[in-house]
Amino acid sequence: MNILSFFVIIPLLMLGALWASRNINQVRGVMIAGSSLLLALSIYLTIDYIALRQGGATAEMLYTASTSWYAPLHIAYSVGVDGISVAMLLLSAIIVFTGTFASWKLQPMTKEYFLWFTLLSIGVFGFFISTDLFTMFMFYEVALIPMYLLIGIWGSGKKEYAAMKLTLMLMGGSAFLLIGILGIFYGAGGETMNLLEIARLQIPTEIQEVFFPLIFLGFGVLGALFPFHTWSPDGHASAPTAVSMLHAGVLMKLGGYGCFRVAMYLMPEGAAMWGDLFLVLTTISVVYGAFSAVVQTDLKYINAYSSVSHCGLVLFALLMMTRTSCTGAILQMLSHGLMTALFFALIGMIYGRTHTRDIRQMGGLMKIMPFLAVGYVIAGLANLGLPGLSGFVAEMTVFVGSFENNDLFHRVCTLVATTSIVVTAVYILRVVGKILYGDVQNPEHQKLTDATWDERVAVICLIACVAGLGMAPFWVSDLINNSVEPIISQLMK
Amino acid sequence: MDITSIFQMNQELSLVFVFLLTFILDLFLPERLRNWLCPIACTLLGIQLVANIWPKEAVLFGGMYHSTPIGSVMKSILSLGTILVFMQSKDWLNRSDAKHKSGEFYVLTLSTLVGMYFMISAGHFLLFFIGLELATVPMACLITFDKYKGFSAEAGAKFILSALFSSGIFLYGISMIYGTIGTLYFEDIPAGLNGSPLQILSLVFFFTGLAFKISLVPFHLWTADTYQGAPTSVTAYLSVISKGAAAFALMTILVKVFGSMTAQWSQMLAIVIVITITIANLFAIRQNHLKRFMAFSSVSQAGYIMLAVLAGTPQGMASLVYYIIVYIVANLAVFGVMNAIEHHTLHGKMDRNDYNGLYQTNPKLTMVMTLALFSLAGIPPFAGFFSKFFIFAAAFNSGYYLIVFIALVNTIISLYYYLLIVKAMFITPNDQPIAYFKSNTPMRVSLMICVAGIILLGIISNVYQIISDTAITF
Repeated sequence: MNILSFFVIIPLLMLGALWASRNINQVRGVMIAGSSLLLALSIYLTIDYIALRQGGATAEMLYTASTSWYAPLHIAYSVGVDGISVAMLLLSAIIVFTGTFASWKLQPMTKEYFLWFTLLSIGVFGFFISTDLFTMFMFYEVALIPMYLLIGIWGSGKKEYAAMKLTLMLMGGSAFLLIGILGIFYGAGGETMNLLEIARLQIPTEIQEVFFPLIFLGFGVLGALFPFHTWSPDGHASAPTAVSMLHAGVLMKLGGYGCFRVAMYLMPEGAAMWGDLFLVLTTISVVYGAFSAVVQTDLKYINAYSSVSHCGLVLFALLMMTRTSCTGAILQMLSHGLMTALFFALIGMIYGRTHTRDIRQMGGLMKIMPFLAVGYVIAGLANLGLPGLSGFVAEMTVFVGSFENNDLFHRVCTLVATTSIVVTAVYILRVVGKILYGDVQNPEHQKLTDATWDERVAVICLIACVAGLGMAPFWVSDLINNSVEPIISQLMK
Repeated sequence: MDITSIFQMNQELSLVFVFLLTFILDLFLPERLRNWLCPIACTLLGIQLVANIWPKEAVLFGGMYHSTPIGSVMKSILSLGTILVFMQSKDWLNRSDAKHKSGEFYVLTLSTLVGMYFMISAGHFLLFFIGLELATVPMACLITFDKYKGFSAEAGAKFILSALFSSGIFLYGISMIYGTIGTLYFEDIPAGLNGSPLQILSLVFFFTGLAFKISLVPFHLWTADTYQGAPTSVTAYLSVISKGAAAFALMTILVKVFGSMTAQWSQMLAIVIVITITIANLFAIRQNHLKRFMAFSSVSQAGYIMLAVLAGTPQGMASLVYYIIVYIVANLAVFGVMNAIEHHTLHGKMDRNDYNGLYQTNPKLTMVMTLALFSLAGIPPFAGFFSKFFIFAAAFNSGYYLIVFIALVNTIISLYYYLLIVKAMFITPNDQPIAYFKSNTPMRVSLMICVAGIILLGIISNVYQIISDTAITF
């Protein structure tokens, strides 16, 4: 059996085991075993993939396999990965693993929570391994619907509103996607749903021009494209910790990945026509998200708007369509995924103790919970792009790549987008100063304790990854660089 | 003609045999054995289903009876759905006020099923009309089965009046066809069609007659009241089986008989689809009574089914039949849960607010309901996602991009109202949720079959493959 299929089979087995488990210890055991296995599998895949590439494998995708599924519509269960998907799989596995620890003490209905959580991860893993449009879309939707229950049941604040808004907006996006996929399929002759085969066929220009915006918008909703980002702050603020982590960390990356892999790869002429318009929107996302974060007082809202800004940067870099900027976009996906997960994990842990996320009611936490506070500072520094952490590598590559375009329009956009770096520093340092330093605001907070072992596992893992990506970005960018090539050459045609 | 050739009608004949046997058993079965009526009816129908499962082609009586392979697949699907309905009706028929006439339920239901069989395999408008009436008149008795209930009587009256009215329009339509062409054989009509105004009028009348049965907007006004008043099992039957049969018949006749007037009917159908889906969805949002809610939901589902008719291709036919089987299992799962809850609570709870907090007490039923609603909303990996995708693909392939887009936007609205029920069951807190209960065995078996269908019909592609292969010549 293909190694990639295990990314779907393991969570499926986890679902069965969870359904059968009788008490909370069994549930936790299943989750630990399953998520560690997934993590190990993704690490093995990464190493093996690099070894294969160094061994001279030149195919666009490796580990490909295909089984016919719905023959009358040429739908197949076909899998395959390139460097980008390998990186995304690794990211997802890390987040699922740390997310399990971050929701260690979740109550009530722990079993059901992990059931939906695992279903969501099936969708995520399935999406990244698929090379068939239909299968990809199916997994995409599988990843969306558990969000409704995860936020609605276990969330906080105005959770019902947020859950419904998020679900309907994302499903609205997928309605655009569905018609776009049908357009691609029949536009390319209706003979194959395989991405790689469609890329070799020429989709007529007039079809590309109609369906590129549909697909890009469809994925863009999930990638928090302005003005369709409004689900994101509410959704992230209401979701339970691990769901915020998974959602901001991985799910929003589905959007960027889809825009790159489906919209731009298959419809380069459409991208050329619509690119500038979407570039303006993404520039707005980047700047607007950053400025919105400055005025928020809820920790999760700050981070949610920061996610809008950083995910906007992913789409921004993709639309710059140079080799460096696209590599930067993938790096930014990885970097943002890791650091935002770290952020949400820490916010969840702080909220679990202080029972408030309002920054005006907190202060001096550094003295009370030094471990969590230091973690928060590191996450913040990564977010504002301190050299040595992941954010710097990603944003540097993005902006250098964007500036390679030597026309006025692209340069102006780049200049505008770079202002977000400064604004990011403003909102990060403001929060850090406000809640971590200074005097303790609430005397009750003096009694609070620092992180427990399960929380430390999650935080240390994520910090290690953020720092690892920052200090040694070479192997990741090598991994990505080769795989960006075929898509870029498609765009350059 | 050889007398033995009548055995080519094996599906109809065996169903009539089942019908007669149930009828006789109902008459002569001693009181203490009456509990066995349900299993017997299910088994007989099951045997009938398995014995005739192989699709084949048969033409009899000079073309008056014409059963196509895809038609016989459709008939098998209807039988399967009827078995599920029978299984779910046990609680209701064991109630003191319905027990003495429980046999009648099976007999009447089977006779409507015979009518639908003839609708599907008709090759002549008169035979079609007889099938249509046979499927309609006993249905009115079924709807008023709980005759002491005011709602039930109102529902029956509304149903029979609108049914008669639509039959009248339908008959008027086919009389015009006869007047202009001089024949009612499906095979001979296309040759005489020339698109004259009278023929267009007859097409409109024919379409209107069937649109009443399928309850497309604007001919849907009887639906909500009838669904609400009828006993839940009958509502379930009405919403899936009779709708499925009528939709199938509409597609065969529009494509086969009125194929040369496609330009006329496709325009009409496109408008009807758009308003059906949109209006039904908007009305469904406001419903709190679950049966009324399911009524509007089924109207909007009918709109989606019509997309396949609009496609008018073998691909459309395959997606229509597949959609109907998926719709049957999902809708019957919803109605099964509603039915079980209705009969295990005082005064038959049927309001969305009654379902608040259901997950705390009845997690399994809630899961069944959730899966079924997700399937109806078209969420993967459940079968509804696949059936919706195929139907959209079929319509898209025939060039109806805008209609597909509108239908897709509507799926978001429908997702909203399906999620309202999910929200009630999982999220909304309730101090006194419906107490835990254990439903009876047939109900549980039927729900298991439904859940298996919801999960497996999509993931395992063989069913669609078979349907697609048989639908090539429909």
